[in-house]
Order: sequence, then structure tokens, then C-alpha cells
Amino acid sequence: MATDAPPPSKEERPLPSAEEFSEVQQSAEFAELRRSFRSFAFPLTVAFVAWYLLYVLLSNYAGGFMGTELFGNINVAFVFGIAQFVTTFLIAWWYSRHAAAKLDPKAEAIKSRMEGGA
Amino acid sequence: MSPAQSVFAAELAANEASEHRPLIITLFAVFVAATLFITVWAGRQTKDAADFYAGGRQFSAFQNGLAVSGDYMSAASFLGIAGAIALFGYDGFLYSIGFLVAWLVALLLVAEPLRNSGRYTMGDVLAYRMRQRPVRTAAGTSTIVVSIFYLLAQMAGAGVLVSLLLGITSDAGKVLIVALVGVLMIVYVTIGGMKGTTWVQMVKAVLLIGGTILITFLVLLKFDFNVSDLLGKAAENSGAGSAFLEPGLQYGASGTTKLDFISLGIALVLGTAGLPHILIRFYTVPNAKAARKSVNWAIGIIGAFYLMTIALGFGAAALVGKDEIVASNPSGNTAAPLLALHVGGVDSAWGAILLATISAVAFATILAVVAGLTLASSSSFAHDIYANVIRRGQATEKEEMRAARWATVFIGIVSIALGALARDLNVAGLVALAFAVAASANLPTILYSLFWKRFTTQGALWSIYGGLIVAVGLVLFSPVVSGDPTAMFPDVDFAWFPLKNPGIISIPFGFLMGWLGTVLSKEEPDKAKYAELEVRSLTGTGAH
Repeated sequence: MATDAPPPSKEERPLPSAEEFSEVQQSAEFAELRRSFRSFAFPLTVAFVAWYLLYVLLSNYAGGFMGTELFGNINVAFVFGIAQFVTTFLIAWWYSRHAAAKLDPKAEAIKSRMEGGA
Repeated sequence: MSPAQSVFAAELAANEASEHRPLIITLFAVFVAATLFITVWAGRQTKDAADFYAGGRQFSAFQNGLAVSGDYMSAASFLGIAGAIALFGYDGFLYSIGFLVAWLVALLLVAEPLRNSGRYTMGDVLAYRMRQRPVRTAAGTSTIVVSIFYLLAQMAGAGVLVSLLLGITSDAGKVLIVALVGVLMIVYVTIGGMKGTTWVQMVKAVLLIGGTILITFLVLLKFDFNVSDLLGKAAENSGAGSAFLEPGLQYGASGTTKLDFISLGIALVLGTAGLPHILIRFYTVPNAKAARKSVNWAIGIIGAFYLMTIALGFGAAALVGKDEIVASNPSGNTAAPLLALHVGGVDSAWGAILLATISAVAFATILAVVAGLTLASSSSFAHDIYANVIRRGQATEKEEMRAARWATVFIGIVSIALGALARDLNVAGLVALAFAVAASANLPTILYSLFWKRFTTQGALWSIYGGLIVAVGLVLFSPVVSGDPTAMFPDVDFAWFPLKNPGIISIPFGFLMGWLGTVLSKEEPDKAKYAELEVRSLTGTGAH
């Protein structure tokens, strides 16, 4: 079938059937992909939101601590703010590294098998 | 500086600007001409719906990252944050942090699944496994409401710039400029579609970053690159002393204002991943991997920009001074252009040139963001509401694109009309409302749709409409709309909700309604459709 099918157009590639999707969704391979995505992205989301809320709450209710001057006019609040930038950059980098190493190969394998019509 | 002197200084700035009006107008005309050229060029290459809605999906990750940054760094970021920091010091900095951290939600949870499973709009993903017509109607409605809130902020920014630059304070002058912005955006979107709009965003992002780097450099130069000295001087000239560098100046007054700070903080961090005009950008790249890379580029570019808002805001407090900023605009929206004038020298040609340049950049910013917003809402109208609800999927691509173009004209006219309403509110505060609405109505539905297999049509509808109605309703009865000197209608008072940002109530409410609507629903979730969505969203199988 793969050989005599017309070349798929860029936009309207026929989708695999509903049965194929359900089958893949139930497969161990897909469960593993789902697990490596969720077990990384979900806890990390909770963590950075909590870290950000900690900053918001400290700003609100720990003014004295946040106002402590560390060097010159640079205080704890300022350092905390810059730290939010740094952690954002680091998390973005960390997720992308995880995705490239752990998610992309698995996703690619499933995709090419499904689109290959196997 | 006494109030009288500072009023004088603000007038001086306006005079200074109007003396160099030809320069400002020339710079602006160059930008408009260049972008119109791009638009016509892109328009010639826009043949099918994928070109119009998604720019042909052939932009590189870097190009799209730049365009995402262009779409995201609106007048709120440039004029609003600089003003908020200049007037309230550290409290204004929350915007910069929240606007940036928010990108992690988009990166980790939304960008790639959306790119994999959607086609042109946010509604594609929301309605994927639901009954199409009601969910698409809801998604289209919330897309348009969020975009209009956002447009309101951009129009307020446009009005502010005009009065500063051209010395026009009359309503007629403002309406004229707002109308000009409206007409240009209609042209950009109807002719250039997503392809033209994307290029316009890229050009604008480069200009904005360039302008910001220049001003940041000049500010730091004045302090020998000693940030501590800059902060010290800002605190001294703010009149608030060291409190200026600590949290609480704007929001620390009472328990209510502290709650407002938390509300704003939550809205900022959860809003980005629900903004339709940002989400549709992920369709302009070939695949999910490129979508991820474009978010990374955007985080880098936007992060660098927000770091520089420290120099813009505290620099304006240090070098322009609070009195002059307030005299020029009570919410501080003109702090960045005034800073440009001051770093160049108030009486020098160099100062005027800088003021003109920065103002032209701000205009470009507004114009580009307005075009992006209009594209998002007209796409959603045409693809979600017209093609899938009204025509029940029977419309041809040609008809769909024609509907999108007409919707653009209509939304352009609506936003021109709304421009008159946006007066002295801080632009960043206004945009934060759009974030709150997006986080309440869109984000819960997006997350439930992608990750919760039991989620049903009723859950989607309850969460979109519930979040939308509560968020917009609370804004309506908040001090933003009435009962406050800076409100849209300052002369009447029907405000009973004390917070300026509704997020703390409306966002949990949106999530709650999605859950409640689902557990109370009589219909079973469509398991096969969820299998399809889940596999597609994680693997990219069958991605358009």
C-alpha cells in the first residue's frame, strides 16, 4: 500500500484510523512517552509557580526582610527578582534538554510508524 | 522640582517634541512605508488559508521567536512597565517578572501540544474532542473578548503618545491618530495575513530591542554602569527614599491592596499561555520542535528586554523625576519617551532625536501588536464561528478567508471606537486585565482538554463562559471602570469589587467550573477522540 499510494499532500495527510489511535494510546511505548513528559513537566510547573508565588507573598508580607540591603542599594527584593529571571532561563534550558533527549526520539518513533501506515 | 515647574518641564518636552515634529513624522512614515511594502509583498504570496492564518507554516524557530517577542512586548511592556516602575519603584517590577515567568507555562504545557493538534486557532484544540458548534462559539467569543481588552490598552498607549509628541490633547486629535492606527492595522491584516503580520512583528521586535538597548546603555553610562548608584539616585528623586526600592509602595497600603498584588501576580503568570494572539503564532512554524525552539528564543529575547526595563523605569525615576512624569501622564505612560529626551539632553538636538526615535519605536510597537490582536480575533471569527458554526464546516477556503477579512474591518472599527474610552489608565494595568480574562476563560479549558481524559463539552463551556463572565463582570464593577479618578468613567461610581485585577477570584473559578461542569455532565467523554488528541498532541502524528 505504501508504494502505490499517491504522494501525500502537505496539508491533507490522511489521519490514521480511530482504532489505530486507541491502540497506540494503550501501548506501553506511548505510556512511557506520556510518563516521561508528565513526570517532568507537571512537577516542574508546580515548582516554578510555587517559587514565583513565594516571591509574590514575600513581597507582600515580608517587607522588612525583602528590604534588607545586601550591597550598596541592592536589597534582597532586587536579588529575588533577578533570581526569577535566572530560574526562568534555567528551567527553559532544562526542559528543552529533557525534551530533546527523552521525548523527541520516542515521539518521532511513534509518529513515523503511524504515518508510515504500519 | 515644584509642581508648577514640572508642569512646565512636561510642556517643554511637548514643545521640544513638536519642534522636531517633522523628524518624528518622518521616522514614523518610514516605518509605515516599510511595513506596508512587506505587507503587499507578503499579500502576493498569500494564496490559501494556511498562508493567511498560519503564514504557510514555514517560518524558522528564530524568526517566529522574534515575532512572538514582537507580539508580546506591547505598549504595556514598553510604556506601561517603565511608567509603573518610575512611579512605584519595585512594585512596578512585578510586571516584568510575571510577564516573563509566564512563558514557562506556555513552554512546558501548551506550545507543543497545541502545535501538534491544532490547525489555525485556539478553538481547534479546545473543540477537538467536544461538540464542535457550542465549544467553537465559546472559544471564538473568549478570543474576541481577550483581544479587545488587549486592544484597549494599545489604543490608550497610542493616545498617550500623541498628546506627548504632537502636543495634541484634544479628543479630535487623539481620535484621528487612533483612527490612523485602526486603518493601518486593517490594511496589514487583510492584505498581509499571518505572513505579513509576522514580518511586521519581526521588524518591530528588532526596533524595540534596539531602542531599548540604546536607552539602557545611555542610562547606565550616566552612572558608570553602577546599578546600585542608579537605584540610589532613583530612590532619592522618587521622594519615597529607600521604600522606592522595596515592595509595597503601590500595593502595601492595606490588606485589600496586598490582595490586589497577589491577584495581579497570578493573572500575569497564568495569562500568557491563554492569549490567543500568542497561541496562533505556534502554527507558523513547521512542527512542535520548532515551536519549542521559538518559545526558547522568545524567552531569551523577552527576558533580556524585561531586564532592561529596570534601567528604563528606575532610570526615568532618577533622571526625569516623578513630578515631571506625573505632570505629563498621571499613570506614568510617558516615562520611557521622557527618559529618552533626558538622557540625550533636554535642550539639545540629540535629546529631541532620541525622543523622536523612541516615540516612533513605541508607535511601531503599538501598530504591530494591534495587527497581531486583530489577526487573532478575525481568524477565530472566520475559522471557529463562521466556518464551523454558521456554515457547519461547509464553507470553502475562499469564503473563510473573505469572512476573516471582513471581520478584520469590523474589529478595526470597534477598536477605533474603544480607543476613545481608554484614558488615563496605566497601560500595563489594562493589559493585566486581558491576562486575567485569558487565564480564567482559556487556560483551564486548554489544560483540561489536553490532559484530563474525563473532560466533557459541558465542562469546556462552563469553564470558558464561567471564567469569562466572572472576570469581565468583576472588572466592570471594579475601580478600573468607575469610582476612581483614573477610571474609564471617573464621574460615576458603581464599583463594589475592591480589586483592580479579578484574577484571584476568576481564575480559580474558571478551573472550578471546568471540573464541576465535567463531573455533573450526563454525557460520556468521547474516548476515541481523546485517544486521537492525546497521541497527536504528544507525538505530532498527522500534524498540519
